Formats: sequence, C-alpha cells, structure tokens
Amino acid sequence: MTPAHSELLLDVRNLNVSFATEEGVVQAVDEVSFELRAGEVLSVVGESGSGKSVTAMTLMGLTRSPNARFAGTARLRDLDLITATDDQLRAVRAEEIAMIFQDPMTSLNPVHRIGKQIVEQIQAHRDVSDAEARDLVVTQLERVGIPRARERFDAYPHEFSGGMRQRVMIAMALSCDPSVLIADEPTTALDVTIQAQILEVLKELRSESGAGIILVTHDLGVVADIADRIAVMYAGRIVEQGTTDEIFYNPQHPYTWGLLGSITRVDRPRPDRLPSISGLPPSLIHPPQGCHFRPRCPHAHDACLVKPELRARVPGATGHEDRCVMKPGQKEKLRQTGGQIGLEAGGVTS
Amino acid sequence: MGRFVVRRLVGMVLVMFAVSVLTFAIFNVIPNGDPADRMAGKNSTAVQITAIEKEWGFDQPIYRQYATTMEKVVTGDLISYANQTNVVDEIKRGIPRTFALAIGAALLWFAMGTALGLYTAMRAGRWTDTLVTVLALVGVSMPVFWLGALASYYLGFKAGIFPNGGYSEIGEDGLWQWVNHMILPWCVLATLFVGVYSRVLRSNVLDTINDDYVRTARAKGLSERRVMIHHVLRNSLIPIVTLWGLDFGAVLGGGAILTETVFDLQGVGQYFAESIGQLDVPPVLAVTLFGAFFIVLLNTLVDIVYAALDPRIRLS
Repeated sequence: MTPAHSELLLDVRNLNVSFATEEGVVQAVDEVSFELRAGEVLSVVGESGSGKSVTAMTLMGLTRSPNARFAGTARLRDLDLITATDDQLRAVRAEEIAMIFQDPMTSLNPVHRIGKQIVEQIQAHRDVSDAEARDLVVTQLERVGIPRARERFDAYPHEFSGGMRQRVMIAMALSCDPSVLIADEPTTALDVTIQAQILEVLKELRSESGAGIILVTHDLGVVADIADRIAVMYAGRIVEQGTTDEIFYNPQHPYTWGLLGSITRVDRPRPDRLPSISGLPPSLIHPPQGCHFRPRCPHAHDACLVKPELRARVPGATGHEDRCVMKPGQKEKLRQTGGQIGLEAGGVTS
Repeated sequence: MGRFVVRRLVGMVLVMFAVSVLTFAIFNVIPNGDPADRMAGKNSTAVQITAIEKEWGFDQPIYRQYATTMEKVVTGDLISYANQTNVVDEIKRGIPRTFALAIGAALLWFAMGTALGLYTAMRAGRWTDTLVTVLALVGVSMPVFWLGALASYYLGFKAGIFPNGGYSEIGEDGLWQWVNHMILPWCVLATLFVGVYSRVLRSNVLDTINDDYVRTARAKGLSERRVMIHHVLRNSLIPIVTLWGLDFGAVLGGGAILTETVFDLQGVGQYFAESIGQLDVPPVLAVTLFGAFFIVLLNTLVDIVYAALDPRIRLS
C-alpha cells in the first residue's frame, strides 16, 4: 500500500530547532528524521507542544527568526530547506512545498477578495495574465468543492464559513501544483461533519495529484484511514514511526500505547473514565534526562536515563523505528498483560 | 449608504446646533464679557452703554440674541463686535491660507508617519528604532510656538533661507513664493503629529506581522516587499486613516491656531485666536461652527473610507 519505491521528495535528517526565550532555550524539535515519498501521506501525530507544528513550519522556513537556531538537514529534492537562502525558499514555497494552516478563520487576509489572494500566489511564481490566473483559480476552487466558484472568486473571507475557507486554503495550496503539501491540523478548528468533508477532499487530491502529503494532527482517529505512515512525536522527538498498520497493530513505544488507549471506541463498552496518560508533558526548557517520556512511563527503569536512539527495533520491520529501549518481546508481554497504559492497544479494528 | 449619509447629515446639524448654543452661552457667562461695555471704551457713560445695548440688541433676552446671531451667521451678515468687520468675509479670506497649511501638513505627516512607522517596526529593537522613537517623542513634546519661533528665527530671519512668516498668494507672487512661505509651517505642524503617527503605525505593524494571514502570505512565496505592503501595511493603515481623518478635520477647521499665529499666516485659526483675545463673540461663534462642520464632515468621510478599506464593515 505504501508507495515505498516512488520518488523521495523530502528527506529530513536529525532536524533540531530551538528558540532562545527569556526563560531559557526551548528545544522544540530534537533530532527529528523522516522521509516523504511521492503519493504518500505521512501523518505526524502528537499532543500540543510536541513540536509537530514547529517541524512543519520549519520545512516552510516560517520559523526563521533571530532567536531560532537550526541544525540538521531537510532536503526537498536537491535543496536543503534549512540552509536555503530566503530567495531560494521563496521560489519553492507554494511552487514545490505548500502548506494548509490550522485556523482557516484567520489564515486568509480579511481585506482582500479570496480569488485575488490565490491569483497573487500564482503570479508570484508564474508569468500569467490576470484572466488566465482567474481561470486557473476558478478551476482550483471547483476542484475543492466550492459551488459557483466563478461568482465566489470576488467574495471576501468573512462571507465564507470555516469549512469553505479551509477549502479556499486548500485550493490556494494546490494552485501551483506543489509536490509536497503540508496540512497542519487542517480540521482542528472545524465541526466534525466538516472535518470529514475536508479529509475527503485531501484524500481525493492525494490520489489525483501524486503529491506527498504531511498531515499534522493530534488526533489519531483522523489519520487511521488516510495515512500511509505515521510518526508519533513527543516532547520534540519522534518516539515511533512506521506504517499505519505497524503503529496501530504493533505499537512499540509506551507513549503510542497511551495515545491509542485514549481514543474512544464506538465498538466497545464505554469505560467510566476515558483512559488517559497520567502526568503532564515535560518542559522543553528543562527536559528530563534520557527518554523524554520516562517521568510518565510506568515501565521506566535505569536504562531509560540514557537518550534512546530512534531506530528499527522490531525484527524484520526496517521501516518501523522507535525510541524505547525495552526488548520487543518484553513490550509485547507488557502490552498484552496490560500496564497502566496501553490496555486497549493492539486490538484496533479498521 | 443613502440612509447612512442622511443620518450623518441630521447628526451634523444637531452637533452644530449644540456647539453654537454652548459657545454662545459660555461667552455670556464669562466675566468681563459684556460686549456693550467693551465697545463703549474705557471712559464711557452709562447712557452711551445703554445706547449701544439698544443698537446691537444686547438688551434683548439671551435666546433672542442667540436667534438673531444665528440668523446672521446663515445670511452672512454677521458683524464683529470688536472692529465691525464682516465675520464671514474674514473667514473666507482665511480659508485658502488655513487649507494650504492643513492639506500640506496633513499629507506630510501622514507620509512621514507611515514611512517612519513601517521603518521602525521592521527595525524593532535595534538602535535605529530607538533613535526614531526618541526623536518622535522629542517632536511630540516640542511646543509649536517654541519650535515655530526657533525655525522662523534661525532659518528665516538669521539664515534667510525662508521668508520670515506671512503668506504669499499664488496669484500674486507665483507658486514658488507660495511654497517657500509654506515649507516651515508645514514642517513645524507636521512635526507635532509625525511622532504619534509613527508610533501608532509601528505598534499596528508589529501586531499585524504576527497575524496568521501574514504567515499565509509568506507561505505563498511572495516577496518580502509584497508581504509588507499588501498584507501588513494594508491592514495596519486602517486605524491610522481614522486618526488622520479626525486630525485633518480639526486642522482644516482652523485648529492649527499656534502654527498660523507663529508664522502669521492670517488663516482662520489665527483669526479665531485674535477674536478670543478680544472676547469677540460673533467670530468665535462662526469659527467654532466652521471647525465643527469640518470635524463632523471628516468623521463621516472616515467612516465611509473605513468601510471601503475593511470589507467586514458595512455602513448601515
């Protein structure tokens, strides 16, 4: 199912992003590595503050600021997005790598007509006349399911609902046919019914365009049937990544067990209380020594005081990497006998 | 839109009525305000004063006096108590001078304020930002009569670069003389506002620059210049336009009293100042109405422009 041998679009290696703040240095992204291939949907999952949005924005060069520090590489074909000059970055934005943001209510400029906002992007990259650009935009708006697109071209953002605005954002992101599309929590600000529609649009696009999609979300439920691969982030690090099946059926990291365990299930008796992971995510200014999940992990022991590497630990599954030092057999046992977390894991039906 | 304009026109009439009543009342209760007494001179007899009171209608009840005065304002027959000249003619003579000052200075402070505001916002925290901030504060803090007098003395009288005050008609001495006479007043009046405008714009820009749609604009691969002008500045300017309209209205209506007086422009504002000094009610009343008219007018225009700049606002 995963187009494992299609073209490698994006190769992120040991990406580190830190910000100097008044309280200290925040290590927002810590040795993050992943790949994205053409036609693939990679979902980056994690709770708020896990560094998933910062990772996404860094790929667009949107986290650049005087107090930000970067290390590692993020190659988009031949261009390293981390060391690219502002002009190089400007040239690939929208054209090669485009982004859909979390809040469609505030992501469009309220004083410009929506059509113009997309035309502006096309004309920044291509030498097309106003009329040609207009036709292109209308086609894109129709493609993402905006009715009467030709008339709506001249509407202002406030005349659109949240779902419609997110469709506009998607149309905008797609209007230059980028090979990588980053969707940063594209459905979080929307009603559940609208969420489903937007995901449907994304799914269609993925099969039509062959672009690689990075879907950032905190909701594992959202990604189950759209993602090919999943990367689980916790406190700035990827703690586990693998195919969707591997993550759902054979999760290796206790944090992933916790995430899976906290999804409500309609096909099981409802528990009195929703299972949750005890404790709070660590401060990224003074992260815990070794494994970042250690203070909340019921299975933590001395070996966890050493920073665990992200590598393949399950025999025979090279693409399935995690950062938990326990042996796979031991994990299997813990998961089945049930620790405080991960009770539900391993039994997810799709 | 039509209803909006009608409602604003009605509002304007009400405001001007209230302003005229207040002004008239104030001048009737302030001490030493009896016009007959003043017109009769220092060594006058009670008989003379009574005669003047009768002739000018000061013996009438106050509401009648108000009604007669207002009638004369409308018909243009209003006569000054102090020097018996026609008030409306005096104001007409001052209008081109006041307008020349107001329009030139307002354009100057808007352009300078915007440019400095944008510049300091983009350099926020660096030494150039601090420098301009300090200069803005200095500009705001310098009284016009002081700055104007200094400029007039050193650049006009001493150095001879500019004429030493006064106004030059374009029709008489040509455009260059006119500009030459206006440069100092424009700069001095604009200095007073540039600081405020640049500070307000700076903080607007710094707010807007973190808005999500600016991030979107960057993600679109637009040039930094286009992001700043089309997205950041375009949205940051909306409150500035409001501020500008109101200040411009006040200056158009003769509000730049000090600047006009320091440079002896003989505009509406200077006429107003002189009339207040003589407790001369008719010109004070007329200029107050003149000023109120422009303030209300510019207020209305600002609302219309505001709706044009921000499509989320509808006039209703």
